[in-house]
Amino acid sequence: MKTSDAVLIAESLKGRFAEGTYSRRARAVLEHRRIAFKQGHWIVVLSGFVEPILYLFSFGYGVGKLVGRIQVTPGHWVSYAQFIAPALLATSAMNGAIYDSTWNVFFRLKYDGTYKAMLATSLGPLDVALGEIGWALFRGLIYATGFTAIVMPLGIIKGWYGLLAIPAAVIIAFGFASIGMLYTTYAKSFAQMDWVNIVMLPLFLFSGSLYPLSIYPEWLRYVIEALPLYHGIQIVRCLSLGIIQWSLLVHVAYFVVMIGIGVTFTTRRMRALFMR
Amino acid sequence: MSTIDPATGGKEPLIIARGLRKEYGDFTAVDGIDFQVNRGDSFGFLGPNGAGKSTTMRIIAATLTRSGGDISILGKDPEVRGPEIRAHLGVVPQQDNLDNSLTVEDNLYVYGRYFGLSRTFIRNKIEELLAFAQLEEKRGVKVEALSGGMKRRLTIARALVSEPEILMLDEPTTGLDPQARHILWDRLFRLKEQGVTLLITTHYMDEAEQLCDRLMVMDKGRIMAEDSPANLIKTYSTKEVLEVRFGSDRNAQFADQLRSMSDRIEVLPDRVLMYSDDCESLLHEIVSKGMQPTTSLVRRSSLEDVFLRLTGRSLVE
Repeated sequence: MKTSDAVLIAESLKGRFAEGTYSRRARAVLEHRRIAFKQGHWIVVLSGFVEPILYLFSFGYGVGKLVGRIQVTPGHWVSYAQFIAPALLATSAMNGAIYDSTWNVFFRLKYDGTYKAMLATSLGPLDVALGEIGWALFRGLIYATGFTAIVMPLGIIKGWYGLLAIPAAVIIAFGFASIGMLYTTYAKSFAQMDWVNIVMLPLFLFSGSLYPLSIYPEWLRYVIEALPLYHGIQIVRCLSLGIIQWSLLVHVAYFVVMIGIGVTFTTRRMRALFMR
Repeated sequence: MSTIDPATGGKEPLIIARGLRKEYGDFTAVDGIDFQVNRGDSFGFLGPNGAGKSTTMRIIAATLTRSGGDISILGKDPEVRGPEIRAHLGVVPQQDNLDNSLTVEDNLYVYGRYFGLSRTFIRNKIEELLAFAQLEEKRGVKVEALSGGMKRRLTIARALVSEPEILMLDEPTTGLDPQARHILWDRLFRLKEQGVTLLITTHYMDEAEQLCDRLMVMDKGRIMAEDSPANLIKTYSTKEVLEVRFGSDRNAQFADQLRSMSDRIEVLPDRVLMYSDDCESLLHEIVSKGMQPTTSLVRRSSLEDVFLRLTGRSLVE
């Protein structure tokens, strides 16, 4: 009997690193999502896109008139809109990534049998985790790019380094999508999924998005500095304002660790759930 | 690829299990079973819900780890070579897990991509599969709009996209109406004729008789018997069965008297089954002794009778 293409493809991975876990085909999962997206509901994505723009106009121009200018580093003053725009961008990257990696993954996990179907093929759990996280990341990227495209012509984000906000958004979205999907693999009920929404709003409001952390007492600053969105906001704010300093590496490292934990344990959970 | 064992009549063994076990805590789902499936077999696992059929199937499909024993699929260990083994298999799960938001065609396409197959290969394959599943006119329709029978056929077509050597079907016709079942059986029969090895779990005896050359009767994680459907009936039952009903209160009342007239009887809540090679004479005898059943039926023995004999329980409870 002639060996099928599917078997030849699977056999070609023999001896490669993590062959039972990763078939180097996360892009097949991405392709599935892309096809489903084209046939699906666009308006949901659009609403998430508009939200930060509305915040920017309301707070940036309204509250900005009352607040005046803000000092970001000694001697470096920016308008209030310039101060909050990077935070809104980081938050929209987070929101985009979280929506897809939590609620949408939850339905595919619990009701659609999507992952069971995927793992009955020659895909491995890491392919599925990377594909799904990658798609969620993509939504975060779309939000961030759209936001930048609107804000740059207005001069709120300036210069070539302003564009660095986009790769920054990718890192942020990747981190949140990884952790979002990991959380979802543990969730059993809708109530547990609602916690995601409950956590996200305060995360946005208190992570140094609308005012500098210096307003807080010292102990509270430490708490905020332990949270991921603070680091995300710092990355985008520093890059888009052209403040290149060593602390950037710490913020990026925070996300690298988050991505590492998210991807590793999501893969393990997928195996535990569908391939015990 | 694999060696040919003369004991199997020259057929190449595809799956060999020895002492296969699966435990969940204190519960033993599969209790040390041995079996072998050869190329071209149409092999059935017959048993009630909870017999360990689906568990066995999942171990074969490399989506469940075993607790003990050995299993090799095309000479490979599923726990070491999972993705490779899954590339050899076409899996039709008990519950359809198609993507309802995609069209019929796109469901086949994305599944093919999971195996890493090229776009051209899949596009050509889709034509063949749509024809096979009789879904050509539904190609652009979203799956959520399909009937249960169509979804099942699509799930089977999807499992065939990678040209698997072994097609695994877990309760393929459960929940389908009689007409849809017959269409499905016809499709599966065609695959069998093409030499595809079929692995089927079912708790329907008619399905097992229709589709399987070899049957493994399972109960409580153990193998009760293994043979062709005809041989199982020959070994574990008589040629004919007489079913008599005296009304629900009186079935048990006559049981002792009936027992003396036949080697084996089974008293079920609604009827009494009597096993004999000559049931017409048996019925005459019953009537001549003054017991007048309200209804009586002489029929050929079926796998249901085999199962009742082997386990003391009915297959569908």
